Amino acid sequence: MFARTATARQGLRTAFRGAPSAAFSAPRLAIPRQSLQIRFLSAETRTAIDKAVASAPVVLFMKGTPETPACGFSRAVIQILGLQGVDPTRFAAFNVLEDAELRSGIKEYSDWPTIPQLYVEKEFVGGCDILVSMHQNGDLAKLFEEKKLVVEEGKEEKTE
Amino acid sequence: MAEALTTESLKEIILSRLDATHVEVTDMSGGCGQAFTTVIVSPQFQGLNSLKRHRLVNGALKQEIAAIHAWTAKCKTPDEWQRDQGEANRPDLEGTVGGKVEGTTQ
Repeated sequence: MFARTATARQGLRTAFRGAPSAAFSAPRLAIPRQSLQIRFLSAETRTAIDKAVASAPVVLFMKGTPETPACGFSRAVIQILGLQGVDPTRFAAFNVLEDAELRSGIKEYSDWPTIPQLYVEKEFVGGCDILVSMHQNGDLAKLFEEKKLVVEEGKEEKTE
Repeated sequence: MAEALTTESLKEIILSRLDATHVEVTDMSGGCGQAFTTVIVSPQFQGLNSLKRHRLVNGALKQEIAAIHAWTAKCKTPDEWQRDQGEANRPDLEGTVGGKVEGTTQ
């Protein structure tokens, strides 16, 4: 369905930069757009998003790419994930600006009106406000540690 | 929506729809009504986690949030808000042990 933004395996500090962006390639609906004042999530898009959400333990739907976020809120979440030391090999990002279907679909899928949106092990965690407060109060560190999604100490400097 | 949101109109909407006891709305857009940062204090948040609080707000302000590009909300219960205010006004206790300064008495 749609391809994830490939995750660079190049160490923690650069982990959330340098990821080439990939196109969201869900099939388009042949329904005239103007008739869709309120757009309903098609079965195809839902399936595509199901797969995206399951594509990695940590999945971010964002504006732009980890390397070049196109919105301050998406940038803030990328920075938080970097600070938390989330393992880049277990992370996938999807750029909603590359496909209108994904951009509107993910809002309905998550019942959440804004982007970015973070999923951890297929569960919706929240948007920027929630992630900032979870980052500050320690809940996010706890979540990533419990699920063992953080890069191990020492492994960080490893070169491949 | 008929007209762009203002800090005043948005504040009124939040006060009435969320039974809020205190609302702060800051327009970050420079007047175009596209970016708002808000603090919402409501007893309706009692017993709800952060995600559920935001979902409650998102549901109550569905049309408005859809029309806003940049939306930020802090959701507090009246008790939490009062506690936070108290903390902000309290003197800095850094370097003390439980608020007491050690070594000043024998």
